[in-house]
Amino acid sequence: MYEFIAFYIFAISTTILFMITVMSKNVLYAMTSLAAGMVMISGFFFLLGADFLGVVQLIAYVGAVMALYSFAMMFFDATRDIKEKHANPSLVFLLGGLMAVVFVIIFSAPIIGDNIEASYPIVEGIGNAQAVGMVLFTKYLVPFEVAAIMLLVAMIAGIILAGKKMDDSLTTTVIAKEPEDEILKESK
Amino acid sequence: MIGVSHYLILSGLLFSIGFMGVLRRKNLLMLFFATEVMLNAVNIAFAAIGNYYGDLSGQMFAFFIIAVAASEVAVGLGLLILLYKKYGSLDLDVISSMKG
Repeated sequence: MYEFIAFYIFAISTTILFMITVMSKNVLYAMTSLAAGMVMISGFFFLLGADFLGVVQLIAYVGAVMALYSFAMMFFDATRDIKEKHANPSLVFLLGGLMAVVFVIIFSAPIIGDNIEASYPIVEGIGNAQAVGMVLFTKYLVPFEVAAIMLLVAMIAGIILAGKKMDDSLTTTVIAKEPEDEILKESK
Repeated sequence: MIGVSHYLILSGLLFSIGFMGVLRRKNLLMLFFATEVMLNAVNIAFAAIGNYYGDLSGQMFAFFIIAVAASEVAVGLGLLILLYKKYGSLDLDVISSMKG
C-alpha cells in the first residue's frame, strides 16, 4: 500500500516537474524544476531496491550536474525570458505522443519473453551497496576504468573550453577604445 | 500492486516529455535540460527491469549512464560558453550558419 502511494506521488510530481522543465520560458525555473524532478527520480530507485543508485543519483545528478549547470548560468543572462520561434507546435506534440506509444511497446516487449535469466542475480542477505560493489569491481571493472578515464578527459576538456579568455566579460559590452592611430594623433 | 509495467509506462512517458522538449526547444541550454530528462527516464527503465529479473546489470548500466551524463555536461557546457562568447546568444536560429 505504501509502495502504491509513494509510486503515484513520485510519478505525478516527476511528470509535472519535467513538463515545467520542457515548457518553461525562464532558464532558472526550468533548472530548478529539473533538479527537483531528479530528487523525485531517486525516490523511484529507493522503491526499486537500488539504494546505491539512488544515492548516486542524489550526489552525482542533483549535487554535481545541477551545480555545474547553475555555475554555467552565471555566464548567460538567466533572468531574461527566452524568446523562441516555434514553427508548428502541433507536429511536435503529435511526434511526442507517437514516441510515447513506440516506447511503451519497446519497453513492454521483454515482459513477453520469458526465457531471460539473470546474469548477475541479486543475492539475498547482503546489502545493495555491497552487491553493487562486488559486481562493479569484478565483472564491470574494465568499463569502470574506461568511465574513469572518460571523466578525466571530460574534466580537462571542460577546463580548457571554459577557461579560454576567462578575463573577458560576457555580459557587459566593452566600450570601444580611442583610435591609437599615429596619423590621427598627429593631426590633433 | 505496482508492477514493472507501471515503471516502464512512466519511463516511456518521461522519455517522450524529454523528446518533445528536444523537438520544441530552440535554446541550446534548454535542449541540454531536455536531454537530461531523457537520460533520467531511461535510468528508471533500467532499474525497473533489473528489479523485475532480480539482476544487477540494470543498475550497472544506470551507473554508466550517469557517468556519461556527467561528462557530457562538462564538455557541453564548455562548448556552450564558447558559443555564447562568439555569438552572444544561445538561440539555434541565431547560431545556425548553414542556410537550407
